[in-house]
Amino acid sequence: MRKSEASKIGWWFLLIVVVIYIIAGIIKPDAIMPSLQFLWDIFVRIWWVFLLVFGLLSVLNYYVQPKHVYKYLGKSSGIKGWAMAVIGGIISTGPIYMWYPLLNELQKHGTRNGLISAFLYTRAIKPALLPLLILYFGLTYTIILTVVMIIMSVIQGIIVEKIVDNKSN
Amino acid sequence: MLAENTPKQAVFKAAKAIWRSFPILLGAMLLVALANTLIPKAAYGYLFFKNAILDSFIGSAVGSVLAGNPITSYIIGGELLAQGISMTAVTAFLVAWVTVGIVQLPAESILLGKRFAITRNIAAFLFSVIVAIITTAIMGAL
Repeated sequence: MRKSEASKIGWWFLLIVVVIYIIAGIIKPDAIMPSLQFLWDIFVRIWWVFLLVFGLLSVLNYYVQPKHVYKYLGKSSGIKGWAMAVIGGIISTGPIYMWYPLLNELQKHGTRNGLISAFLYTRAIKPALLPLLILYFGLTYTIILTVVMIIMSVIQGIIVEKIVDNKSN
Repeated sequence: MLAENTPKQAVFKAAKAIWRSFPILLGAMLLVALANTLIPKAAYGYLFFKNAILDSFIGSAVGSVLAGNPITSYIIGGELLAQGISMTAVTAFLVAWVTVGIVQLPAESILLGKRFAITRNIAAFLFSVIVAIITTAIMGAL
Protein backbone atom coordinates (compact mmCIF):
# COMPACT_ATOMS: atom_id res chain seq x y z
CA MET A 1 0.00 0.00 0.00
CA ARG A 2 1.43 3.41 -0.98
CA LYS A 3 1.79 6.07 1.73
CA SER A 4 -0.83 8.37 0.17
CA GLU A 5 -3.30 5.45 -0.06
CA ALA A 6 -2.74 4.53 3.61
CA SER A 7 -3.25 8.17 4.56
CA LYS A 8 -6.51 8.40 2.57
CA ILE A 9 -7.79 5.13 4.06
CA GLY A 10 -6.96 6.53 7.52
CA TRP A 11 -9.15 9.60 6.99
CA TRP A 12 -11.95 7.42 5.58
CA PHE A 13 -11.64 5.20 8.66
CA LEU A 14 -11.96 8.25 10.93
CA LEU A 15 -14.99 9.42 8.94
CA ILE A 16 -16.66 5.99 9.39
CA VAL A 17 -15.98 6.16 13.16
CA VAL A 18 -17.56 9.65 13.28
CA VAL A 19 -20.63 8.25 11.43
CA ILE A 20 -20.78 5.40 14.02
CA TYR A 21 -20.74 8.07 16.77
CA ILE A 22 -23.57 9.98 15.05
CA ILE A 23 -25.64 6.76 14.79
CA ALA A 24 -24.84 5.87 18.43
CA GLY A 25 -25.78 9.44 19.41
CA ILE A 26 -29.18 9.07 17.73
CA ILE A 27 -29.86 5.62 19.28
CA LYS A 28 -28.33 6.31 22.72
CA PRO A 29 -27.62 10.04 23.15
CA ASP A 30 -26.43 9.67 26.77
CA ALA A 31 -23.52 7.44 25.64
CA ILE A 32 -21.71 10.14 23.67
CA MET A 33 -20.50 12.47 26.45
CA PRO A 34 -19.15 9.58 28.62
CA SER A 35 -17.39 8.21 25.51
CA LEU A 36 -15.77 11.58 24.79
CA GLN A 37 -14.85 11.92 28.47
CA PHE A 38 -13.29 8.40 28.26
CA LEU A 39 -11.40 9.51 25.11
CA TRP A 40 -10.07 12.56 26.97
CA ASP A 41 -9.02 10.33 29.90
CA ILE A 42 -7.13 8.07 27.47
CA PHE A 43 -5.44 11.11 25.92
CA VAL A 44 -4.41 12.58 29.30
CA ARG A 45 -2.96 9.18 30.27
CA ILE A 46 -1.00 8.54 27.08
CA TRP A 47 -0.01 11.91 25.55
CA TRP A 48 3.59 11.28 26.59
CA VAL A 49 3.63 7.98 24.66
CA PHE A 50 2.95 10.10 21.52
CA LEU A 51 6.12 12.07 22.32
CA LEU A 52 8.07 8.86 23.04
CA VAL A 53 7.01 7.29 19.72
CA PHE A 54 7.78 10.56 17.89
CA GLY A 55 11.23 10.63 19.50
CA LEU A 56 11.91 6.99 18.65
CA LEU A 57 10.79 7.55 15.05
CA SER A 58 13.16 10.55 14.77
CA VAL A 59 16.06 8.50 16.17
CA LEU A 60 15.15 5.61 13.85
CA ASN A 61 15.14 7.95 10.82
CA TYR A 62 18.46 9.55 11.78
CA TYR A 63 20.58 6.65 12.97
CA VAL A 64 19.09 3.48 11.58
CA GLN A 65 19.42 2.41 7.98
CA PRO A 66 17.51 -0.51 6.44
CA LYS A 67 20.67 -2.66 6.46
CA HIS A 68 20.95 -2.24 10.25
CA VAL A 69 17.30 -3.18 10.79
CA TYR A 70 17.78 -6.14 8.47
CA LYS A 71 20.83 -7.27 10.46
CA TYR A 72 19.24 -7.03 13.93
CA LEU A 73 15.53 -7.60 13.19
CA GLY A 74 15.57 -9.16 9.70
CA LYS A 75 15.58 -12.76 8.47
CA SER A 76 19.05 -13.52 9.85
CA SER A 77 18.48 -11.89 13.25
CA GLY A 78 18.17 -15.25 15.07
CA ILE A 79 17.69 -15.58 18.84
CA LYS A 80 18.88 -11.99 19.45
CA GLY A 81 16.05 -10.70 17.25
CA TRP A 82 13.44 -12.70 19.19
CA ALA A 83 14.92 -11.55 22.49
CA MET A 84 14.81 -7.90 21.36
CA ALA A 85 11.18 -8.27 20.25
CA VAL A 86 10.10 -9.96 23.50
CA ILE A 87 11.94 -7.48 25.76
CA GLY A 88 10.77 -4.54 23.62
CA GLY A 89 7.17 -5.70 23.95
CA ILE A 90 7.46 -6.08 27.71
CA ILE A 91 9.05 -2.67 28.37
CA SER A 92 6.88 -0.71 25.89
CA THR A 93 4.07 1.25 27.52
CA GLY A 94 0.75 2.79 26.50
CA PRO A 95 -2.00 1.39 24.27
CA ILE A 96 -1.08 -1.08 21.53
CA TYR A 97 -2.20 1.20 18.68
CA MET A 98 0.31 3.89 19.71
CA TRP A 99 3.09 1.57 18.55
CA TYR A 100 1.65 0.86 15.08
CA PRO A 101 3.39 3.86 13.39
CA LEU A 102 6.82 2.80 14.71
CA LEU A 103 6.21 -0.87 13.83
CA ASN A 104 5.03 0.25 10.38
CA GLU A 105 8.37 2.03 9.83
CA LEU A 106 10.33 -1.00 11.11
CA GLN A 107 8.29 -3.30 8.87
CA LYS A 108 9.11 -1.10 5.86
CA HIS A 109 12.80 -1.23 6.84
CA GLY A 110 12.74 -5.07 6.74
CA THR A 111 11.80 -6.21 10.23
CA ARG A 112 10.45 -9.78 10.31
CA ASN A 113 6.68 -10.12 10.71
CA GLY A 114 7.27 -12.78 13.40
CA LEU A 115 9.22 -10.30 15.54
CA ILE A 116 6.48 -7.65 15.20
CA SER A 117 3.92 -10.28 16.17
CA ALA A 118 5.98 -11.36 19.22
CA PHE A 119 6.43 -7.69 20.21
CA LEU A 120 2.65 -7.13 20.08
CA TYR A 121 2.01 -10.36 22.03
CA THR A 122 4.44 -9.68 24.89
CA ARG A 123 2.90 -6.23 25.38
CA ALA A 124 0.45 -8.22 27.50
CA ILE A 125 3.20 -8.55 30.14
CA LYS A 126 3.49 -5.25 31.97
CA PRO A 127 6.06 -5.19 34.82
CA ALA A 128 4.30 -2.18 36.40
CA LEU A 129 1.02 -4.10 36.57
CA LEU A 130 2.45 -7.40 37.87
CA PRO A 131 1.87 -6.46 41.57
CA LEU A 132 -1.81 -5.90 40.77
CA LEU A 133 -2.01 -9.21 38.88
CA ILE A 134 -0.39 -10.92 41.91
CA LEU A 135 -2.91 -9.21 44.20
CA TYR A 136 -5.88 -10.49 42.17
CA PHE A 137 -4.66 -13.94 41.11
CA GLY A 138 -1.64 -14.87 43.27
CA LEU A 139 2.15 -15.02 42.81
CA THR A 140 2.34 -18.60 41.44
CA TYR A 141 -0.32 -17.88 38.81
CA THR A 142 1.42 -14.64 37.75
CA ILE A 143 4.83 -16.32 37.37
CA ILE A 144 3.41 -19.27 35.37
CA LEU A 145 1.27 -17.04 33.12
CA THR A 146 4.21 -14.70 32.42
CA VAL A 147 6.60 -17.54 31.51
CA VAL A 148 3.99 -19.34 29.36
CA MET A 149 3.20 -16.08 27.53
CA ILE A 150 6.87 -15.34 26.78
CA ILE A 151 7.35 -18.84 25.30
CA MET A 152 4.06 -18.66 23.37
CA SER A 153 4.88 -15.20 21.97
CA VAL A 154 7.80 -16.72 20.06
CA ILE A 155 5.82 -19.77 18.86
CA GLN A 156 2.93 -17.51 17.81
CA GLY A 157 5.38 -15.17 16.03
CA ILE A 158 6.91 -18.07 14.07
CA ILE A 159 3.44 -19.32 13.01
CA VAL A 160 2.21 -15.84 12.01
CA GLU A 161 5.39 -15.23 10.00
CA LYS A 162 5.10 -18.57 8.18
CA ILE A 163 1.46 -17.92 7.25
CA VAL A 164 1.88 -14.24 6.27
CA ASP A 165 5.12 -14.78 4.31
CA ASN A 166 3.73 -17.87 2.54
CA LYS A 167 0.65 -15.94 1.43
CA SER A 168 2.82 -13.03 0.28
CA ASN A 169 5.06 -15.25 -1.90
CA MET B 1 27.29 4.80 11.82
CA LEU B 2 26.46 6.87 8.72
CA ALA B 3 23.15 8.73 8.84
CA GLU B 4 20.86 8.68 5.82
CA ASN B 5 19.03 11.84 6.92
CA THR B 6 20.01 15.15 8.53
CA PRO B 7 18.52 15.66 12.03
CA LYS B 8 15.96 18.08 10.53
CA GLN B 9 14.94 15.55 7.85
CA ALA B 10 14.70 12.78 10.48
CA VAL B 11 12.34 14.85 12.68
CA PHE B 12 10.30 15.97 9.62
CA LYS B 13 9.92 12.34 8.48
CA ALA B 14 8.84 11.29 11.99
CA ALA B 15 6.27 14.12 12.10
CA LYS B 16 4.95 13.01 8.69
CA ALA B 17 4.66 9.39 9.85
CA ILE B 18 2.75 10.47 12.99
CA TRP B 19 0.47 12.74 10.92
CA ARG B 20 -0.23 9.86 8.47
CA SER B 21 -1.20 7.66 11.45
CA PHE B 22 -3.15 10.39 13.25
CA PRO B 23 -6.66 9.70 11.82
CA ILE B 24 -6.15 5.95 12.38
CA LEU B 25 -5.02 6.40 16.00
CA LEU B 26 -7.83 8.88 16.74
CA GLY B 27 -10.38 6.52 15.14
CA ALA B 28 -9.10 3.57 17.20
CA MET B 29 -9.22 5.64 20.42
CA LEU B 30 -12.78 6.80 19.63
CA LEU B 31 -13.88 3.18 19.05
CA VAL B 32 -12.26 1.99 22.29
CA ALA B 33 -14.02 4.80 24.20
CA LEU B 34 -17.42 4.01 22.65
CA ALA B 35 -17.10 0.23 23.27
CA ASN B 36 -16.18 0.87 26.92
CA THR B 37 -19.20 3.13 27.41
CA LEU B 38 -21.77 1.00 25.60
CA ILE B 39 -20.92 -2.39 27.15
CA PRO B 40 -21.80 -2.56 30.88
CA LYS B 41 -19.14 -4.41 32.94
CA ALA B 42 -21.78 -6.38 34.90
CA ALA B 43 -23.08 -7.99 31.69
CA TYR B 44 -20.00 -10.18 31.12
CA GLY B 45 -20.90 -12.84 33.70
CA TYR B 46 -24.10 -13.77 31.83
CA LEU B 47 -22.12 -14.81 28.74
CA PHE B 48 -20.54 -17.90 30.35
CA PHE B 49 -21.95 -21.46 30.63
CA LYS B 50 -19.72 -22.79 33.47
CA ASN B 51 -18.09 -25.27 31.08
CA ALA B 52 -14.28 -24.87 31.24
CA ILE B 53 -13.46 -25.48 27.55
CA LEU B 54 -16.46 -23.66 26.06
CA ASP B 55 -16.01 -20.82 28.55
CA SER B 56 -12.34 -20.42 27.64
CA PHE B 57 -13.38 -19.71 24.02
CA ILE B 58 -16.12 -17.36 25.26
CA GLY B 59 -13.60 -15.69 27.60
CA SER B 60 -11.20 -15.26 24.70
CA ALA B 61 -13.99 -13.90 22.45
CA VAL B 62 -15.15 -11.39 25.09
CA GLY B 63 -11.56 -10.30 25.77
CA SER B 64 -10.97 -9.91 21.99
CA VAL B 65 -13.92 -7.55 21.53
CA LEU B 66 -13.15 -5.41 24.57
CA ALA B 67 -10.21 -3.08 24.86
CA GLY B 68 -8.69 -0.74 27.38
CA ASN B 69 -6.34 -0.69 30.33
CA PRO B 70 -5.32 -4.20 31.53
CA ILE B 71 -6.29 -3.13 35.08
CA THR B 72 -9.95 -3.16 33.97
CA SER B 73 -9.51 -6.75 32.73
CA TYR B 74 -8.06 -7.79 36.14
CA ILE B 75 -11.07 -6.29 37.93
CA ILE B 76 -13.56 -7.98 35.57
CA GLY B 77 -11.53 -11.24 35.76
CA GLY B 78 -11.68 -11.13 39.56
CA GLU B 79 -15.46 -10.60 39.40
CA LEU B 80 -15.85 -13.54 36.98
CA LEU B 81 -13.86 -15.83 39.30
CA ALA B 82 -16.11 -14.75 42.20
CA GLN B 83 -19.13 -15.70 40.04
CA GLY B 84 -17.77 -19.24 39.67
CA ILE B 85 -16.35 -18.92 36.15
CA SER B 86 -13.36 -21.27 35.67
CA MET B 87 -9.76 -20.06 35.96
CA THR B 88 -9.12 -21.28 32.37
CA ALA B 89 -11.91 -19.05 31.02
CA VAL B 90 -10.76 -16.06 33.09
CA THR B 91 -7.14 -16.55 31.94
CA ALA B 92 -8.24 -16.75 28.28
CA PHE B 93 -10.18 -13.53 28.88
CA LEU B 94 -7.18 -11.74 30.48
CA VAL B 95 -4.77 -12.81 27.72
CA ALA B 96 -7.15 -12.00 24.84
CA TRP B 97 -7.93 -8.58 26.36
CA VAL B 98 -4.37 -7.41 25.64
CA THR B 99 -3.28 -9.60 22.73
CA VAL B 100 -6.35 -9.59 20.44
CA GLY B 101 -7.86 -6.32 19.27
CA ILE B 102 -11.05 -6.43 17.25
CA VAL B 103 -11.63 -2.72 17.90
CA GLN B 104 -8.06 -1.88 16.82
CA LEU B 105 -8.10 -4.31 13.86
CA PRO B 106 -8.90 -1.62 11.24
CA ALA B 107 -6.00 0.52 12.49
CA GLU B 108 -3.63 -2.48 12.59
CA SER B 109 -4.73 -3.52 9.07
CA ILE B 110 -4.09 -0.07 7.60
CA LEU B 111 -0.65 0.37 9.19
CA LEU B 112 0.75 -3.19 9.30
CA GLY B 113 -1.14 -4.87 6.44
CA LYS B 114 -4.48 -6.67 6.27
CA ARG B 115 -2.95 -10.17 6.00
CA PHE B 116 -0.66 -9.59 8.93
CA ALA B 117 -3.36 -8.05 11.15
CA ILE B 118 -5.98 -10.76 10.49
CA THR B 119 -3.49 -13.66 10.80
CA ARG B 120 -1.97 -12.21 13.98
CA ASN B 121 -5.34 -11.62 15.64
CA ILE B 122 -6.66 -15.12 14.77
CA ALA B 123 -3.43 -16.68 16.07
CA ALA B 124 -3.55 -14.55 19.24
CA PHE B 125 -7.19 -15.58 19.79
CA LEU B 126 -6.32 -19.31 19.57
CA PHE B 127 -3.16 -18.83 21.63
CA SER B 128 -5.10 -17.10 24.42
CA VAL B 129 -7.04 -20.38 24.86
CA ILE B 130 -3.84 -22.46 24.62
CA VAL B 131 -2.02 -20.22 27.14
CA ALA B 132 -5.02 -20.47 29.49
CA ILE B 133 -5.14 -24.29 29.28
CA ILE B 134 -1.36 -24.66 29.82
CA THR B 135 -1.28 -22.15 32.70
CA THR B 136 -4.16 -23.75 34.60
CA ALA B 137 -2.81 -27.27 33.88
CA ILE B 138 0.56 -26.31 35.42
CA MET B 139 -1.26 -24.66 38.36
CA GLY B 140 -3.26 -27.86 38.86
CA ALA B 141 -0.14 -30.02 38.74
CA LEU B 142 1.65 -27.99 41.44
